[in-house]
Amino acid sequence: MGEVIVITSGKGGVGKTTTTANVGTGLAKLERKVVLIDTDIGLRNLDVVMGLENRIVYNLVDVIEGNCRIKQALIKDKRYPNLYLLPSAQTRDKTAVSPEQMKKLCEDLRGEFDYILMDCPAGIEQGFQNAIAGADRALVVTTPEVSAVRDADRIIGLLEAQEMKQTHLIVNRLRTDMVKRGDMMSSDDVVEILAIELIGVVPDDENIVISTNQGEPLAGNDTMAGRAYMNICHRIIGEDVPYLDLNAKKGIFEKIFGKR
Amino acid sequence: MAFTDFLKKKSSGDVAKRRLQFVLSADRAGCTPEVMECIKNDIIEVLSKYVEIDKEGLDIKVNHVDNENSNGGPSLFANIPIKGMKVERNVHY
Repeated sequence: MGEVIVITSGKGGVGKTTTTANVGTGLAKLERKVVLIDTDIGLRNLDVVMGLENRIVYNLVDVIEGNCRIKQALIKDKRYPNLYLLPSAQTRDKTAVSPEQMKKLCEDLRGEFDYILMDCPAGIEQGFQNAIAGADRALVVTTPEVSAVRDADRIIGLLEAQEMKQTHLIVNRLRTDMVKRGDMMSSDDVVEILAIELIGVVPDDENIVISTNQGEPLAGNDTMAGRAYMNICHRIIGEDVPYLDLNAKKGIFEKIFGKR
Repeated sequence: MAFTDFLKKKSSGDVAKRRLQFVLSADRAGCTPEVMECIKNDIIEVLSKYVEIDKEGLDIKVNHVDNENSNGGPSLFANIPIKGMKVERNVHY
């Protein structure tokens, strides 16, 4: 039976969609069968981040309303044998779907996939309720900023109230240089404040922008962010992986010639 | 800026952490930061009758449900370092 994981944050722009794309890609690289569901109805984004925007025929609302079968709406990512996307509807709004319908959809997909990843919209309204309805586990994404951490705390409270079985934290866009000089909260600080278990720290890495530009998630690539995402995937499937040394290793060439 | 000011200046990361801890306590308790401040001051006032408190090290926070004792609501934790007992009073039992 597959596991349903919702990726959520409260605040917008902290990296939910990027995280969903990369964790999904990473899990597919670990030979798990994965479907990504964009639940942000009216603000479709996961398709462009995945580079699959030109292949959409049907969407989430079509499936819910019975205009097509689930299989017809799933876009197969040709780069990986086990990775699928169910895109959101762009011309509808969040009231087109109810939490019960989302729960039913998740149940229908469990038999077919190992992991069902739900990319949650920002906010705490119905879109959020829809996204978490069928989930077994939540990944809360935050950045080390006061606004994002505060919203994450609110989300964690709501998830606890909904009796989410497991809630893990991802600290995104950490800048070690700023943490070192005391101008950014460390991941330890954020974990201490939010008091939930950490599952990954992703450094602020310009490769993320490049990969999003190209529509090619970088999980598993030889970049800091790529490695960090892959580690999260290993932890999701239950492996114990040490945390990256984010200060590490500019190559000697990069040290001498690289931009600071 | 004088050199002493420079030494005293807290890093902005620490400032962020302290501010968050404070505002989240209020958020979790469902009250304003002012009310939290009042609760804190009242606790200090009551305890100060009996013991000397390290006001700098004082830490009061409200957490989400994470123990069996709370019945589903948030719980208030107070960590109050005590410097020493005040002169013993005559306690009448």
